[in-house]
Amino acid sequence: MIELEGLTKRFGEKVAVDHLTFSVRPGIVTGFLGPNGAGKSTTMRMILGLDRPTAGDVRIDGTHYDRLKDPLTYLGALLDAKAVHGGRSAYNHLLCLAQSNGIPASRVAQVLETVGLTAVARKKAKGFSLGMGQRLGIAGALLGDPRILMFDEPVNGLDPEGIHWIRNLMKSLAAQGRTVFVSSHLMSEMALTADHLVVIGQGRLLADTSMADFIRANSRSYVRIRCPQRERLRDVLHQAGITVVEAGGGALEVEGGKAEQIGELAARYGLVLHELSPQQASLEEAFMQLTAEAVEYHAQAGPEPAPRDWGAGWKEA
Amino acid sequence: MSTHQPPMQQAPAAAPGGPYPGYTSPIPVVRTHLGHALASEWTKIKSVRSTLWTLGVFVLLVVGIGLMAGALVESNSDSETLSGENPLSFGFFGLLLGSICIITLGVLTTASEYGTGMIRTTMTACPSRARVLAAKSIVFFAVAFVFTLATSGFVAMVQASMLESTGARTPTGGDWLKATVGISLYMALLGLLSLLIGSVIRHSAGAITIMIGVLLAPLVLALFMATESLAKLREWLFEYSIPNQLSVFYANSLSESGPSGWDPLWIMLGLTAVVYAGAYALLQSRDV
Repeated sequence: MIELEGLTKRFGEKVAVDHLTFSVRPGIVTGFLGPNGAGKSTTMRMILGLDRPTAGDVRIDGTHYDRLKDPLTYLGALLDAKAVHGGRSAYNHLLCLAQSNGIPASRVAQVLETVGLTAVARKKAKGFSLGMGQRLGIAGALLGDPRILMFDEPVNGLDPEGIHWIRNLMKSLAAQGRTVFVSSHLMSEMALTADHLVVIGQGRLLADTSMADFIRANSRSYVRIRCPQRERLRDVLHQAGITVVEAGGGALEVEGGKAEQIGELAARYGLVLHELSPQQASLEEAFMQLTAEAVEYHAQAGPEPAPRDWGAGWKEA
Repeated sequence: MSTHQPPMQQAPAAAPGGPYPGYTSPIPVVRTHLGHALASEWTKIKSVRSTLWTLGVFVLLVVGIGLMAGALVESNSDSETLSGENPLSFGFFGLLLGSICIITLGVLTTASEYGTGMIRTTMTACPSRARVLAAKSIVFFAVAFVFTLATSGFVAMVQASMLESTGARTPTGGDWLKATVGISLYMALLGLLSLLIGSVIRHSAGAITIMIGVLLAPLVLALFMATESLAKLREWLFEYSIPNQLSVFYANSLSESGPSGWDPLWIMLGLTAVVYAGAYALLQSRDV
């Protein structure tokens, strides 16, 4: 169980994490979702005591991380795959971690086997691909067989097979009764693994809900229509009090499940329809809507110049 | 990369007692202490190539230059040249250059972890920052001391026998102690100071540059201060520059006043203690 209470972090003027309060419970996978720069990594660093909170508190089963007597056997974390000395072999990297917590050296070979790095155990970490580095980081997190696991963007750089593997790994870890806290900026990824969802944007809590509730609340339904007599159809729908929006590619969209009504109207006015299909918006769209206000780094649509403080906050990402 | 079974074989564990249920590992839980951190730092320092390089070059410089200096003096002197001199003093040149290796290794011990991001892993594995700094300091100090003692001791023994025919006096027990244990403690402290600067600066190149500046700047500055009004400052810079402090261990200081005997060791000990306190305070207050 990880409990955050009013957790806040400021870097100078910039608020990276803004009064976050939520808990991460054992036995399930909790997804930690937010766009780039939302404060996910900063929050995770504060949980581990790497960054000192400006205000608020975070506790691991009621204790501060730096008060844990056996940190690695209590909480294993993958922060970022680059937190490794490139000149050290995978085996020695894990060995020095194991020794620092009195974990038997035999665990090193076990976790290397688990993540599939046994063949390159004696190779230097700097020669590793992003995916291999990610696996080494995961091996470090699993080393102490901890009851709480924290992964920051674990699927980054993994191939499809690796992504499939990490999904199953997280689910099986949670099924063993462990607390699993995993961050991502991909809603689609979380929809497949997480049971619970915490969404933040610009450091603020936007949602703290079960995955099922999130899907129910956020899956927008609409009707997609294609019609050769578009203008005529627009007029007809307008008269019937139905709002139509252009959807690009010559298609029109109508909010809500009004497919039958639209079909009947078209028939009454003798309009030909090439498509009349009820649609569900993807969770990705729901997520983007939720965080639209809070996205820090919008891609520029046109050739506008970058804002003046461009990149000012990239370090907090 | 194809062994993708779930990581551990146990069945879902029954929730243990206490207010926080969850998984219980079969791995014995160990209360970590400084010993664990020392073992970890020892593995770290011996498992990277930079240690091999810096210490390899150090041994080459100290032994190579020491023996060359001895041989050169021996072949160019008659039985009176060094009358009454301390024959161990020719170890100085090798150690002066070797100090650059010790400085580099000291800085890398801390700063390279910041450069690579390893420090976040280290601090996660051992959240007590005081313990991390202490473990790094102890392991590095021991390595630096042992290497300097072995090389300087070897050079001193060879030189003492080489220069017997030049009229040099037989070194006293005190001479031996200063030229081996004394100089080794001093060099290890200089390296520890570099390690602490590395922890403060968090940047290898920056910290190494600063430490080489500390090593050379006083002497070079003093060379320029030729005016009368700066004579006092100039003398002070000369006497307390690190090269001169090193030479005090061989009783051949560049000047008659200034530090003598074991003074350099106490000066370096005091300086290192102050910087240690500062580095510790910064480590506690800063984000990793």
